[in-house]
Amino acid sequence: MTNDNKQPPEAAPDEGIPAPEGPANLIDTDYVIGQDNITANKFGLDVDLHGKVFTVSSLLILVFVILTLALQSEIEPVFNAIFSFLTGNLSWVFLLGGNIFVLVSLGIVLSPLGKVRIGGAHAKPDFSYAGWFAMLFAAGMGIGLMFYGVSEPLTHFGTALGGTSMEDGMRTDWAPLGAAAGDEAAAHRLGMAATIFHWGLHPWGAYAVVGLALAIFSFNKGLPLTMRSIFYPILGERVWGWPGHLIDILAVFATLFGLATSLGLGASQAAAGLNYLFDVPNSNITMVLLIMGITAVALCSIMLGVDKGVQRLSQLNMMLAFLLLAFVIIVGPTMLIATGFFENLAAYAVNLPALSNPFGREDANFVQGWTAFYWAWWISWSPFVGMFIARVSRGRSVREFLTAVLLVPTLVSVLWMTAFGGTAIDQVITNGFQGVQDAALEIKLFAMLGELPLASITSFVGIVLVIVFFVTSSDSGSLVIDSITAGGKVDAPKPQRIFWAIIEGAIAIALLLGGGLTALQTASVSTGLPFTLVLLVGCYALIKALMSEPRGN
Amino acid sequence: MFKKILVPVDLAHIEVIEPSLQVVAEQAKHYGAEVCYVAVAATTPGSVARTPEEHQQKLEAFAQERAKVHGQPVSARVITTPDPIADLDDVLVDAIDEADADLVIMPTHPPKHLDAVIPSHGGKVATHTEASVFLVRPQT
Repeated sequence: MTNDNKQPPEAAPDEGIPAPEGPANLIDTDYVIGQDNITANKFGLDVDLHGKVFTVSSLLILVFVILTLALQSEIEPVFNAIFSFLTGNLSWVFLLGGNIFVLVSLGIVLSPLGKVRIGGAHAKPDFSYAGWFAMLFAAGMGIGLMFYGVSEPLTHFGTALGGTSMEDGMRTDWAPLGAAAGDEAAAHRLGMAATIFHWGLHPWGAYAVVGLALAIFSFNKGLPLTMRSIFYPILGERVWGWPGHLIDILAVFATLFGLATSLGLGASQAAAGLNYLFDVPNSNITMVLLIMGITAVALCSIMLGVDKGVQRLSQLNMMLAFLLLAFVIIVGPTMLIATGFFENLAAYAVNLPALSNPFGREDANFVQGWTAFYWAWWISWSPFVGMFIARVSRGRSVREFLTAVLLVPTLVSVLWMTAFGGTAIDQVITNGFQGVQDAALEIKLFAMLGELPLASITSFVGIVLVIVFFVTSSDSGSLVIDSITAGGKVDAPKPQRIFWAIIEGAIAIALLLGGGLTALQTASVSTGLPFTLVLLVGCYALIKALMSEPRGN
Repeated sequence: MFKKILVPVDLAHIEVIEPSLQVVAEQAKHYGAEVCYVAVAATTPGSVARTPEEHQQKLEAFAQERAKVHGQPVSARVITTPDPIADLDDVLVDAIDEADADLVIMPTHPPKHLDAVIPSHGGKVATHTEASVFLVRPQT
């Protein structure tokens, strides 16, 4: 797990800063990591924080929480108006940005730049393939697959089957593209293609760009592991001043509120599941206990660290998810899923150009309500997911990184959506079972599993997965926020990471009881717009940085 | 009695380990022991160094400085890990084994209630290694 640096292979002493393991091209800067930090020892606790980033983001978070709690009915329409303006009028920015991220990532995989190794040409990976991939996936989207795996294919299938409807020259239906009125097979294909589009290359493209850029600027260029480092090629030394502070503060804001609101909303979803399965009262007490439980496990996990905490939990999660997937494939309509996997992949490929087209779309509801919403969501999560996957990816080649972050998760998502969504659609088409379609979003998964054998066992595994996926997001998120607010230090004192995990749970509970979870989630997803611009700069900086790196074999 | 002393060093907080370094120098002279200075660092750039290799050079320079003080043979080793804050104790215990050290000298803070939640590194290392451990409390 550790690397011994006793004999650096090609380090020349007394000649400035030696390269990382093997050749790499360090950026020359006078900035010392932690130079703007405040260190103190208060009440027997050590602190080591970036003064401005920590103070401003804490105050900002506090103000937003108080404002949301105090002025709930006033503030919610404001956030909603901002967000519908973004997705309504600027959906093309998100879609265009998303396409650029995917194209840049794919371009780098195919180009000679893919040979660059993160951490220097001779760097060795810190984690095994299994542990590494489990962490990438658990941080990236695990939880969403649990809730949307059944519901989204079914929804798109339903709207596509319903056909289009017009009013005053505007489409009023929610169907993707031109819909498939009355044609079940075509609606099935279109529904799956649209779902895979939202969970496939594009989200992972955004994660890949941020993750790779951060990894290269940190491990190869020697800059701190924090969002602002990506901007070094553009802003130069100014990234260490206010422009850089702003980027980091925005990243803390998006990550903390993204995590806290998902935790709050997730608790209500998990409580609904528990109520459906075990008749646990679906009350505030259950939800608060769930949040406290999730936060407690996340706390243990971050105390144990990335290697023994986060990695192990992620692996446990992947194993459970794989078992559930294998169960659905074997017990469900096996042949349908097997052939469906390739059919859906083909449908995805065929519909991809039309679905990802940012301009002149007729299916406005679908583009704005689904695609642009997802894109804003993925992109607002990208600082968190990107920073975490950067941290665990040292020693991988760029090609390996992009394959593992872009292509493999896409295939896994296709398989997952095919198995869960395909089974649910099959239940509707073949068995005429309406239970899943009629169920509320959070219990659709359990309604689908209820039609298969051993429902009580699989549903239990399902609810455990939902909860543990929250833990793996919460712990890696706290580590990321801690390192941004410590000026890019990953070795800040332990109480700080504990502080952030607790704050996250506390905000979730406060908003759950006081109201305003969805309002603040809207606010955090709105950061998707500024981050789209950050990521576009990231693409440029990434290519520039990779070009200056030596390409190993 | 002791042949090799292992000394965990944090170059970012040299003032914290200052008192224990004096103890190290005296013990090393007394037993004629070799001193192995070990730093545990993150793989990411940090405040001491921007790459693990730079850290290694700084630690080696530091070890040579100390050798001038106590006159005993020295070695230096930087060990990187993805999460040094959480892995420190385990990494040190392994490093003691690998270096075949028979004495560890490290600074520690006075006992406090918080130790129940976040145990001191010195105490943790002492319970997991076969080497003798000398914990130096801060001078009051």
